[in-house]
This record gives sequence, C-alpha cells and structure tokens, in this order.
Amino acid sequence: MWTARLREGWQRNLPIEKLIPDAQPAFVASWIYVFGVLTLAAFSVIIASGLILAFAGPAWYHTSSFGLFVNSLHFWSVQLFFVFMVIHLWGKFWMAAWRGRRMLTWVTGSVAFVASIATAFTGYLVQTNFDSQWIAFEAKDGFNSVGVGAIFTVTNLGQMLLLHVAFLPLILGVITLVHVLMVRKRGVVPPIDADESNTYENFEVN
Amino acid sequence: MSGWFSRFMNHPATYLKWGWVQISITNLIVILLMFAIFLAAVLIPFPTHQEGHDKRENKGAEN
Repeated sequence: MWTARLREGWQRNLPIEKLIPDAQPAFVASWIYVFGVLTLAAFSVIIASGLILAFAGPAWYHTSSFGLFVNSLHFWSVQLFFVFMVIHLWGKFWMAAWRGRRMLTWVTGSVAFVASIATAFTGYLVQTNFDSQWIAFEAKDGFNSVGVGAIFTVTNLGQMLLLHVAFLPLILGVITLVHVLMVRKRGVVPPIDADESNTYENFEVN
Repeated sequence: MSGWFSRFMNHPATYLKWGWVQISITNLIVILLMFAIFLAAVLIPFPTHQEGHDKRENKGAEN
C-alpha cells in the first residue's frame, strides 16, 4: 500500500522528535542562528498583511488610514525579510552550511532567495504609482533584450498582480517549507570548529 | 514630513561613482547597516539560561 510506504518513509527520514524538537545543540545559542527564524517571522507578516490587502482590495488600501497602514506593513516587512535573509545567507555561507549532507538545504535556500526576488519585483510592479510605472518601463527593455518579454510582460498589471498574489507566493511557500523540513531532517549546521560529537544526531532531546 | 528628512526624500537619489561602480547613498547605508548587524550577531554573546539549565539537571539527578 503506497500510503503505508509513504508513512514509513516519512517516519524513517523525519521522525516526530526531529520535526518538533524541544532542544537544540549548544552551538545554536548564538545571535547568528536567529536570522533564519526572523526571516520566517517576517515572511509570516508579509503573508498575513498580503491576505488582508487581497481581500480588502486597492479601493480600501489606497484610501483609508488603516488600509495605508496595512499596505505599509506589507512593504516594510518585505524590507526586513530581505535584510534578515541576506544576513542569514552570509552566516550560512561563511560556516559552509552545505557540509554534512546538507546540500539540498543550501540549494532550497538559494532557490527561495531567487523566488523571493521575483516575488518582490512583481510586488513593486503592482503598486500602481509612478514608482511601479518607472520600474516596469525600465525592466521591460531588459526582459525584451533576453527574449522573454512576450511571456513575462512587466507592463501587464493583471499578469504581474496574479503572479504576485497567487503563483509566486505559492512557489516561495513550498520551497521554504522544503527548506525548513531539510533543516529539521539534517539538523542545524554546526560551526566549522564545533565539537563534532555535539551534533544534532547525538544531541539528546529532553 | 518636515526639515532635513523632507529635503532628503524630495529629490532624486545621490549616487557615488568609482569608474564603472555606482551605488546610491541609500543603498550603501542599507548594506553597511546589514554588515553592522551581521558583525554584531557574530560578536555579541547570546544570553543563556545556564542557571535554569543547572536546576533542571539537578532535578533530573534527584529523580
């Protein structure tokens, strides 16, 4: 039965003790290990504020005070998301976080970074102001020059809005989920000079 | 908005140029700020609850 194989495979690869741990290795007690979860926190605020904007619509978020506040919250949480993600990236790069069979964790993080740029870019294009108009008309020459302007039309507000609110957040959410599951499966990467015995696999969960 | 902030926001970005490299002062400030946060995160010690941890261990030993 395929469901049994799936369940057994999941339990073998990612048992519940690893999926929802209540303790972490000692080396995780460092501020540099905080930036991954800060990125996730900012991403949660982006999704929550984005859902409010999507349900209430531009007639609300462009005119009412609270609408403008939620619109700004969406924008500024994106700025924090990128700051946290870049610092997370620097931290993981300098500790060579792909060590210990963590290549897929690193690759999904890199893909999530690129997907975030695409999502933020389409977000800038759907502001419906002079800023978005300027960005679209600067970008269209770039996309036309590489031959994708006909299928990815930055001046097409409808296409950019649907990509921004439906397709790209879904892709980013799925990649982020796989990234987090890989962190849980392989464990948080130890610093380069850390005691090798003090790794996730050997750490006793209380 | 008023004062220097208003004047700062109401004109096109100022760019620094070294040959083919150019960057707006705003972007440079953001990048330097990220460097500063990165260094702080690496250098500033993380607060730990060593006392609470010891208590837990002692409690475990008693049991």
